[in-house]
Amino acid sequence: MEELVNIFIKGVFIENMIFAYFLGMCSYLAVSKTVETGVGLGAAVIFVLGITVPINYLLENYLLSEGALAWLGESYATIDLSFLSLIMFIAVVASMVQLVEMLVEKFSPQLYSSLGIFLPLIAVNCSILGGALFMQERQYSTIVEATSFALGSGVGWFLAIVGIAAIREKIRYSNVPAPLRGLGITFIITGLMGIGFMCFMGISI
Amino acid sequence: MKSTLFSKKNRKLLSDPLGDQNPITIQVLGICSALAITVQLQQALVMSMSVVFVMVCANMIISALRNVIPSRIRIIVQLVVVSSLVVFVDQVLQAFLPDVQEKLSVFIGLIVSNCIIMGRLEAFALGNTLWPSFLDAIGNAVGYGWILLAVAFFRELFGSGKLFGYQVFPDGWYEAGGGFYLNNNLMILPPMALIVVGVIIWVQRSRKSFPDELLEEN
Repeated sequence: MEELVNIFIKGVFIENMIFAYFLGMCSYLAVSKTVETGVGLGAAVIFVLGITVPINYLLENYLLSEGALAWLGESYATIDLSFLSLIMFIAVVASMVQLVEMLVEKFSPQLYSSLGIFLPLIAVNCSILGGALFMQERQYSTIVEATSFALGSGVGWFLAIVGIAAIREKIRYSNVPAPLRGLGITFIITGLMGIGFMCFMGISI
Repeated sequence: MKSTLFSKKNRKLLSDPLGDQNPITIQVLGICSALAITVQLQQALVMSMSVVFVMVCANMIISALRNVIPSRIRIIVQLVVVSSLVVFVDQVLQAFLPDVQEKLSVFIGLIVSNCIIMGRLEAFALGNTLWPSFLDAIGNAVGYGWILLAVAFFRELFGSGKLFGYQVFPDGWYEAGGGFYLNNNLMILPPMALIVVGVIIWVQRSRKSFPDELLEEN
């Protein structure tokens, strides 16, 4: 349990997707003009990460990595399909996003009207594929740990986008030099937020 | 009507993304994988070259197939083409530059979801013939690459006092040699990449010749 909380906290604060790895920056910059849309996209990212990473974890451990096919029989035990992992992961992400979109539309129209327009954006959000690739690289020992990592990084991403959206709403009233307006100042503020988040470094529970 | 290989229009395809239509600083595409690997010039160079390769091949393949791809499944087709190319690049790097590949780790894989590539495939290659697509790919990938190299230049120079791994500042400048100089360790940390890009954007947009309509509101 302690380990799980630790992985979660690490994903939120220390190895934050935005501030430490810059994953999902494109949609982060494009959709952070108001807090409301920021919350929507952030929630969608948590949701999709929480679904795709465990699926990719199963694929990785029962299909792709070396020796993963051992459950099929002796002769399959030495097969290493890990070079296919990238294609598998992106296919899972793209199809899951599509599936989730259809399911949400069918069963929860209310959620769909608030998340709906963001879901297609998620398929090209690097933080989702990045989550799968980090999961592969860090080799979590159980599926629960992988899920905890996914939710942690999702929440970290959520915090980052809501934070920047709130700051951008405020900054509309300030007199920023014209060439720096919009993109430039957003980059610099994100950098400063990143420096702020760095003070969490080294925390472990 | 047949335009010559280097007509004005074609040259514009090549030169626009380097400056006023730059994918990173103006169109805000492909930032995800751009920033994390700019601590050293070598990594940035390998990354830019991989992107140039993937982008040129993907743009030309999609352009050649554009009349055959059904529009309903075009995204999947694009993803498959791009990810096969990326797997190829990844395997080549693993074979010939294993130490760089180790450092780039997941970021080579993330070229797949690099929005520049998908964006150009979607916006350009699907509607244009081979040669313009080729130029468009080169222009955009190099436009991406030069920003990467510029950021990496400043970060490596001020962060570790080196360029391409060779020391630039003489030993005598450093404290150990009796000097005054200290490397700015902050430059190596991730947040500085964002700030350096922010400053590059600022400088680029401050030029007199920068078109006013591209300036943004807060």
